[in-house]
Order: sequence, then C-alpha cells, then structure tokens
Amino acid sequence: MSIEQEPTLRTRKRAPRVSVIGVLGELFITTGVIALLFLGWQVWLGNLIEGNTQTTEALQLSQSWRDDKAEMVTVPAGREDPGPPVVGVAPANAVQFANLIVPRFGADYVRPIAEGVGTRDVLRVGVGHYPGTAMPGDVGNAAFAAHRTGLGSPFFDIDKLVVGDSIYVETEAGWYRYLVRGLEYVRPTGVGVLNPVPQYPDAQPTDRLLTLTSCNPIYTADERIILYAVYDTWYPRAEGAPEEIAALMTGAG
Amino acid sequence: MYGALWRVLPGPWWLRVLMLLVLAAAVLTALVLWVFPWVDQFVTPQDVTVEEP
Repeated sequence: MSIEQEPTLRTRKRAPRVSVIGVLGELFITTGVIALLFLGWQVWLGNLIEGNTQTTEALQLSQSWRDDKAEMVTVPAGREDPGPPVVGVAPANAVQFANLIVPRFGADYVRPIAEGVGTRDVLRVGVGHYPGTAMPGDVGNAAFAAHRTGLGSPFFDIDKLVVGDSIYVETEAGWYRYLVRGLEYVRPTGVGVLNPVPQYPDAQPTDRLLTLTSCNPIYTADERIILYAVYDTWYPRAEGAPEEIAALMTGAG
Repeated sequence: MYGALWRVLPGPWWLRVLMLLVLAAAVLTALVLWVFPWVDQFVTPQDVTVEEP
C-alpha cells in the first residue's frame, strides 16, 4: 500500500496480528455464546427431540401389547359396565409398564411410564410411578412424577388441565380412564399427596385416585404442583380403545 | 483468533464468508447432535418429586 511506503510511517510499530488478550477475549465470548446456545437447546430443541423420543417409545410399547395387527375396535360411548378394573403388578425399577395419554395436552400426546422416580434412570426418559403407591386402576392413590420443563417436558401443560378432563393410563390390560378433579400446590417435602387418601395418612382408601406431581413455578422448583384425578371407568384391551383416543391408538399400529 | 482465521482462508471475500458459514453450521450441528446431549447428562435437572425432608 502506498501509505506504508512513506519513510515517516515505516518505523511505526504495527499491532501484533494475534494478541493474548484478544484471543482470551474471543474465547470468553465464544464460551458465552455456546452456553446460551445450550440453554436454548435445553428448553427448546433438545426438549422437542426428547419429547418425540418418548412418544415414539410409548407408541412402540402400546403396539407390543396388541397381539395382532387386526383393526382396533373403538368402544362406543353407551357400552355396558366392564366391571371392576384388572390391576397389574408393579414391575422392577425403571421398567416401562404403562403409557400416559392426556388429550388436553394434544391429540398426539402419549408418554411412557416406568416404575420408580429415579432422576437418571426414569425421569429423563418419561413419566415415573412412585414405588409403593397404587397401580393404575387399583383402590388407593396411583402417583406419578415427570418433568415440566426440559427433558421432553411431559407435564409442561399440567396447570392447563380443567375439572372433568380425561386422563388415560394404558397398560397391557387396557385403558383406565380418570377424570381431573383439581390442583394443589405443596412444598417439595409435602409427601402427604402420595397417601392412599391424599393428605390423610391414616384414612382407609375407598376411591381409585391418580396423582401427578411436577415442579412449580414453571422453570423453577421451589414448590410442587399436584394434580388429582378420580377413576371413571376402564376399557379392556380386547374390546378396543376408547373413542376419545382411538385415533392416537390405532395410528400406533 | 477469528481475525487469524479470516487471514488464513484463501480466495476472495465472498468465498471466505461462504467457508465460514459452512464452518459455523458444522460446529452448530456437532454441538446440537453430540456435545449438548453429552453435557446434559452432567446437568442436574430440577426436582419434580415430593420427598421426605
């Protein structure tokens, strides 16, 4: 360049092309950007991917319980009382044994349920069933936990459920239908919600209840949000899927 | 660091921009597919269960 050929400017010290401070600064900025990207991945993209994985696993589980590929019958609304529900036995820790289907969470919402509430082995891959609580359909309180934000967010919309909404639990025996009764907010130590009769440690259960727990307020974990639902009816597998979720269930095969 | 990267890349400016974009996309893909899921297992998720104190 012509300006560098001037004798007076030739002696001017050129700034080094790469300085330690400069590289360090650029590294810090890069680290910050990557950390922000990771946070975005956690609450959005990774969350979506993990949610899809859970749905795929749940549908595979559902399909494995169908003995043949015959077209699934849809149970008509005005059917006969199927009698008391068949109740399964709790499997070993981290074994998936059921699916949770909540139409209010979306027409394609289905997530696998495994035994136990371990942070790593169960809650990272779906919904967890509190050990020692009732099995789905049984008299007492069947309690489940799942994440509300991140890791697939199975219970992201738990506060959107309204009284009377259906919650289905699918097992090998069929589908148990529960109806939402209401929400409660407790401290993280509020284990009374897991009692056979929630909050009454000594009461003898007569109802078949379902309880969901997750963190609250959303994106934090200072409290727990509790959802209670009451057993309504059940649909034996041989008779076919309930009408409300038939599209989701038949799409599985 | 990034200045040096700019200088070692050959070609006209638009080709360098193109190469940097491809490089950035590759880095982002690697982060999303492998690095972030790997890091995630060391991040303690929020508690969602009720437990005895």
